[in-house]
Amino acid sequence: MDFELSDEQQQFRGVVREFAEAEIAPNAQVWDRDHTFPVETVLAMGRLGLFGLVFPTEYGGASADFATYCVALEEIARVDSSMAITLEAGVSLGAAPFFYDGTEAQKQEYLVPMVAGEVLGAFGLTEADAGSDAGNTRTTANLDHSREKWTVNGQKTFITNSGTPITKCVTVTARTNSDTTGPPEISTIVIDSGTEGFTVMPAYRKMGWHASDTHELVFDNCEVPADHLLGEPGGGLKSFLRILDDGRIAIAALAVGVIQACLEQSVEHAKGRNAFGGPIGRYQSIAFKCSDMAVSLENARNLIYKAAWLRDKGRPIRRAAAMAKLYATEAAVRATSDAVQIFGGYGFMDDTPVSRYYRDAKILEIGEGTSEIQRLVLARDLGLPVE
Amino acid sequence: MNVVVCVKQIPDPSVPGQLEADHTLDRSAKPILDESDSFGVEMALQLVDAAGGGEVTLISLAPNGEVSGLRTALAMGAAKAVLASDDAFAGTDALGTAKVLAKCIERVGDADLVLAATESSDGYTGTVPVQVAELLGWPALTFAKKVDIADGVVTIQRQTEAGYDVVQSSLPAVVSVTAGVVEPRYPSFKGIMAAKSKPVDNVTAADLGLDGQVGWAGARQSIVKVEQAPARLAGEKFEDDGTAAEKIVAFLEDLKVI
Ligand SMILES: Cc1cc2nc3c(=O)[nH]c(=O)nc-3n(C[C@H](O)[C@H](O)[C@H](O)COP(=O)(O)OP(=O)(O)OC[C@H]3O[C@@H](n4cnc5c(N)ncnc54)[C@H](O)[C@@H]3O)c2cc1C
Ligand SMILES: Cc1cc2nc3c(=O)[nH]c(=O)nc-3n(C[C@H](O)[C@H](O)[C@H](O)COP(=O)(O)OP(=O)(O)OC[C@H]3O[C@@H](n4cnc5c(N)ncnc54)[C@H](O)[C@@H]3O)c2cc1C
Repeated sequence: MDFELSDEQQQFRGVVREFAEAEIAPNAQVWDRDHTFPVETVLAMGRLGLFGLVFPTEYGGASADFATYCVALEEIARVDSSMAITLEAGVSLGAAPFFYDGTEAQKQEYLVPMVAGEVLGAFGLTEADAGSDAGNTRTTANLDHSREKWTVNGQKTFITNSGTPITKCVTVTARTNSDTTGPPEISTIVIDSGTEGFTVMPAYRKMGWHASDTHELVFDNCEVPADHLLGEPGGGLKSFLRILDDGRIAIAALAVGVIQACLEQSVEHAKGRNAFGGPIGRYQSIAFKCSDMAVSLENARNLIYKAAWLRDKGRPIRRAAAMAKLYATEAAVRATSDAVQIFGGYGFMDDTPVSRYYRDAKILEIGEGTSEIQRLVLARDLGLPVE
Repeated sequence: MNVVVCVKQIPDPSVPGQLEADHTLDRSAKPILDESDSFGVEMALQLVDAAGGGEVTLISLAPNGEVSGLRTALAMGAAKAVLASDDAFAGTDALGTAKVLAKCIERVGDADLVLAATESSDGYTGTVPVQVAELLGWPALTFAKKVDIADGVVTIQRQTEAGYDVVQSSLPAVVSVTAGVVEPRYPSFKGIMAAKSKPVDNVTAADLGLDGQVGWAGARQSIVKVEQAPARLAGEKFEDDGTAAEKIVAFLEDLKVI
């Protein structure tokens, strides 16, 4: 057994930390306040190779293992969750479907520029009435064989990276049955940004992740060429379940970065802030919050590296990914809440980073499978007759 | 075009430095690439890129076979490195350092241009680049804030107090560059992995034919004493009772600064 990251991974952590502290941290508060998607900085993350880490070198990637990608997500999330989710969604939701299911031509056209970090792909699964119950997709895509075109109708809800200036496409799940009587056949269709009949609605007003790009998407007789089918017809559900397994480890890594930041900032504040004639860190109620944070950080980090390791070994990861996501995201929400508490009134102020971390953390328990859905996955794995 | 970059590996400045009994810096911790030299590395990569061919070679004099700073520069994109490391180099002064670096440049063989920083972040005598140039018999162009190469001629803008001078020379030449001449890139993970297998030619004093000319024996300088800088004296305070501005003006006139 080896708990050590390689020398190169440690050196890389240092580089990403330096990048995050120099290019992201000084601006994060302003981007959050002004709801800015910082496209230049996203492109700089691309030049640093962050969007291509886990993809093969033949497509311009680094052929790195999944843990290396987790390291990058941790370090970006340590300073700003919005930028971390832009990276996570760009890689695990945008590019991964092309890597797993794309034809060689689709890989060349879409995966290669995504790996280079020059464009982003978005992943349209959720609908107004199909969130946790994603199989309830109502969007339809009908193939007109004579014209060799799909016609897509419907809408998608809460789609990350779907309306940025560098968004190249969105992959959407849609019903592709020609007869409506049988069980739904769900397939994945690629829709390029700017296609007629594809409307990106104005950005949502959110509780956090203000510098991340989220939109509702509407498809009204939107036509795309027949070769825009991604993967097998009817393969949509299976495909997104695999994509979400990877994504859950990645979201957990993002949560680890958040806990790391909360711990560092809480300890520093507990040492430096005085009340009643001494540092507040001498009170056990403050100090022990930090102790608990350190334990959850260690647990969460071990869970994600273990899950990443299983994935790289080609072992089943559904359970490990669910555990990592469930534990790490709930620990992150707790850590941000405790950090705000340790900062007192300052913790409620926009100038104090932990206030942003607090607003940004809650979504971690919701996106890419809610905590309840992770518990459901785990209960089923235990053979329980749970609904 | 082939460019050689002098790269100093220095103790991490974010860790408080310790002096040894002989007044030299404690260099037992893992060193890092001197930030001053990251500009030279980036400049070299850009020049080679613009020339459409050639490679960047790093040279470094460092104790204990240290390569961690070199690896950073290799990860940025340099092709290979020469590392001079040998117990016999301990105590080498600035001129000795220049001798070692000049020999390394000769060993590389095909350099069209040598880049260094104007001064290192730990020693900062600012003397090594010109000494290297003198030893090689090459022109030295210093304090470059911009470097251009065309038709075998190097043109730099030399930073001055009033603005800049334009200085030209034939190649090969030694150019020292200022911080900010270019924006150093961050090494990518791919670059870090590639750096692992890039060649580092480890040479000794004997390999360079410098036995006895470097190290404590060869040093013509010695550090006699290291002292704390004197504490700054308390300033003069003017309370503003309506006349403070005049008093400040009088004070500055006294100092002959206005
Ligand atoms: C900022 C943001 C970005 C997002 N980005 C994307 C994106 O890029 N692509 C995308 O496709 N989606 C995206 N989503 C959607 C996200 O994945 C869904 O919101 C999430 O899966 C939950 O679905 P829902 O909102 O419909 O909630 P619902 O499914 O309606 O759930 C409501 C509540 O009921 C619970 N619940 C539901 N079913 C069960 C059950 N069987 N057992 C127990 N409890 C249950 C849930 O856990 C939850 O607490 C994003 C969401 C947000 C907020
Ligand atoms: C008696 C004496 C003993 C010393 N003993 C030691 C010792 O044991 N260990 C030790 O590390 N230092 C020692 N030093 C200091 C060391 O010799 C100087 O740091 C060195 O001479 C370079 O001077 P500088 O850093 O002032 O270079 P500067 O002239 O300020 O450097 C300008 C540029 O030259 C290049 N350069 C300078 N040094 C190197 C290098 N080593 N490799 C590659 N490029 C370089 C870099 O590009 C640098 O930015 C000693 C000095 C003296 C006088």
